[in-house]
Amino acid sequence: MKVQLATFQLAGYTYGIEVGMVQEVLRQQSRTRVPLAPPAVAGLVNLRGQVLTAIDLRSRLDLPERPEGVEPMVVVVRVAGEPVSLLVDSIGDVVDVDSDTFEQPPDTLSDAGRELITGAYMLSDRLLLALDTDRAVAG
Amino acid sequence: MDETDEIVHEFLVESHENLDQLDRDFVQLEREPGSRELLASVFRTIHTIKGTSGFLAFSRLESLTHVGENLLARLRDGKIVMTPVIADGLLAMVDAVREILASIEADGSEGEVDVSAVVSHIQILLDGGVPVPVTPTVAELPAPVPEESHAVTAAEAVIEVVLADAVPMPAPTPVAPPTDAAPVPAPAPAATESVAVTPAPVTPAPAAPAPVASAAESSTPESGRRGAADSSIRVDVELLDSLMRQVGELVLSRNQIVRQAGLLDDADLLRAAQHLGLIASELQEGVMKTRMQPIDHIWAKLPRIVRDLGALCHKKVRLEMVGKETELDRTLLEAVKDPLTHLVRNAVDHGLESPEDRVARGKPAEGVLTLKAFHEGGQVVVEVSDDGAGIDTERIRVKAGEKGLLRPDQLAQMNPADLLQLVFAPGFSTAAAVTNVSGRGVGMDVVKTNIEAIGGAIEIESAVGVGTTCRLRIPLTLAIVASLTIECAGDRYAIPQVSLQELVTLDADRAVSQVEDVGGAEVYRLRGQLLPLVRLADVLKVPTERTDGHVVIAVLQADGRRFGLVVDRVLNTEEIVVKPLSSRLKSIGVYSGATILGDGRVALILDVQALAKGALRPGGVEREQVVTDHSDRPDESERVLLVGAGGGREVAIPLSMVTRLEQVSIDRVERVGSREVVQYRGAILPLLRLQQHLGSYGEESPTHLLLVVYTSAGRSIALVVDEVRDIVDGASIRSDIDDAGLTGSAVIRDKVVELLDVRSAILAADPYFFIDGMSSDSLLEGALS
Repeated sequence: MKVQLATFQLAGYTYGIEVGMVQEVLRQQSRTRVPLAPPAVAGLVNLRGQVLTAIDLRSRLDLPERPEGVEPMVVVVRVAGEPVSLLVDSIGDVVDVDSDTFEQPPDTLSDAGRELITGAYMLSDRLLLALDTDRAVAG
Repeated sequence: MDETDEIVHEFLVESHENLDQLDRDFVQLEREPGSRELLASVFRTIHTIKGTSGFLAFSRLESLTHVGENLLARLRDGKIVMTPVIADGLLAMVDAVREILASIEADGSEGEVDVSAVVSHIQILLDGGVPVPVTPTVAELPAPVPEESHAVTAAEAVIEVVLADAVPMPAPTPVAPPTDAAPVPAPAPAATESVAVTPAPVTPAPAAPAPVASAAESSTPESGRRGAADSSIRVDVELLDSLMRQVGELVLSRNQIVRQAGLLDDADLLRAAQHLGLIASELQEGVMKTRMQPIDHIWAKLPRIVRDLGALCHKKVRLEMVGKETELDRTLLEAVKDPLTHLVRNAVDHGLESPEDRVARGKPAEGVLTLKAFHEGGQVVVEVSDDGAGIDTERIRVKAGEKGLLRPDQLAQMNPADLLQLVFAPGFSTAAAVTNVSGRGVGMDVVKTNIEAIGGAIEIESAVGVGTTCRLRIPLTLAIVASLTIECAGDRYAIPQVSLQELVTLDADRAVSQVEDVGGAEVYRLRGQLLPLVRLADVLKVPTERTDGHVVIAVLQADGRRFGLVVDRVLNTEEIVVKPLSSRLKSIGVYSGATILGDGRVALILDVQALAKGALRPGGVEREQVVTDHSDRPDESERVLLVGAGGGREVAIPLSMVTRLEQVSIDRVERVGSREVVQYRGAILPLLRLQQHLGSYGEESPTHLLLVVYTSAGRSIALVVDEVRDIVDGASIRSDIDDAGLTGSAVIRDKVVELLDVRSAILAADPYFFIDGMSSDSLLEGALS
């Protein structure tokens, strides 16, 4: 069975989420920080008049902080009908993957990383980690 | 007259809706002839129309629906069985009802519509006969007209007859009695069928009159007026909500454009932006209006409540209502309904006196309860005032003491306005007795909570003997909120203006001297009242950007508490559109929502209620809490009340020697020989001025005396002090350096405080105080006997 994943990069890894969940991809927007919020909440953004919570996936996945000067990209996904924006390093292609190539998440991932990954797809040149979007957003 | 018109109008709208339902029911009934449910539904509809028409004195309509109802009742009860003949009869009745309604709509009267034929027809059915089918008057003329015209013209024609028949056509020869009718419906078989089918779809009443009116515009005088059913439509509130949201967005975009246009030096752009601004404002207003309803909707039932209540409480009440037409948002209206009813009940039950009492006080026997609604500063103000006895704040003081709401020393310091606020405290009720009417557990605290829940505020004013006024301030709408934007650590936040009382800015010098530290928490003395301060930067755990030592305080009130929120900077006031926050962010407990400011950036809206609750508790900033926190400690004897004794002297009185604090007006001070006394709780309370006792000097309070009362074995004395400063833990360092009236001195909070020799002070006020169980009177008696 073929699955279409939208891919993006985080700290050198390639992640993918189901293309159907992605509403749009934007350039970095100005964010309003939310003091006292969980660390992964990168702030609030204005998406055409809607206030969205921005979640920094690096923080969520326990990856090192994004280096200074690297502007994140924003992937707006719909989870349970509600749009949420995810901060990633850069956007990749949409790839077709075969569910046959699906594997368990590699052991090299951190605990937090493993929890939010449903598994990995072997691409010709690299490993594509499938993000469990619902969980990533819920944290 | 106006009211009658309105009732008739509502009756028409309602009836048209009901008739539509009726049509659907009849169609359904043809499929399930035996359905009791459908019959019951039809019965109810006709019954409703009958009831209202009787009330409005539309006698023909009433007699018509009356027979129809009888017939339907029998059908419903299964006494007779639905037959096509009966169905025709019912449809004829329904059509006749429509005719009459149309006539009423056109000129307010039943017109010339003749119902006798239909009535007698149904009567025959009722009597079990099988009458010759009557085709309704309507069907007679146009149906057969071979005008090959489309359905619409037929409908138009039909209606036109209805509308016009009052004037040019004295009815198509008031339908001859059933027997005569026999020859007429020559095309009877066809006609009966078409009667059953055609009129139903052809006359969806609400829609029909309009095209007719326009079609017949020149001829009919009604053309200018829209039909009752036309002039209003039912719209899903959801749709209005989403429109409201979108308009909110539009307003925000407008703000952005106006702001940008202001930066560019382009006159055309500026003009266009201003025009856009104007239109957006109007649109916003218009959309808001769609959700608006006059407050009369909830006032309408109050006269009855007041009347019944007055009778129940044996009070004469005249209800006056001013500003019935004042409109506010539908959802808010619903939310205000119960609190308002409660206030009205309260006013009648507790506020107004009995007629005898009123006359005795020189007031007219009849009390006046006034409801007033008006717009003020973007809010709707609703006042409930009575000209009754007013609220005696001294009684509140006593009551609150008895109920243990506050400590006596706190109560003693409260001014009448603050005392009045206590009626909103949970568990407080001034009613001497729990009556049938109020005192059922829904107190003023609930009213206050409900009003605050919708972003409103409640105020109370009262003058003894003159009356009481409760004032509700309600926002016009929930979606748009007037707010103050402030800055803290470089971020902007919005504070709903309804909880904002005032702004205070202290420059560095004044901040140092006027912001005090009480038990590790900061307070500011705002016009003599201690205002606990909450630093927003501390709450949010962000570094403040204020380095110059200035203190900017937004004085906020929520849940009956007042506190000062220290912010970095106050920016401006703005109308904001409230956006929901994800529950995860809401659960932080500091933000109630978010909004988008003029520059497109998101700002968080501070939850003032939550700030008051959360931020004030741990530090115990609020004065009353400082006290209660301390009282939990066992070593009460070690704790002292610090009072000012004139000349900058601070004197400590052991708390064990303080029964309560009182404030009395200087007018109440009387003299017995050389002593000053006041009447206090039915006894004479001797006063001792601490200033004089200790030989210090200071300016005296011109209007009020602050008393520290000590009661023991039924006797009381009061020390008059300049100021009650605080209650603190006892001193660690004591010294025996003393003076007249003192037992020594101590260092309390880095300051030398004199310790009062309470015993000698008491004796100075009342030499017999410690002679147990004996009053000075009995001593005197003993000496005489």
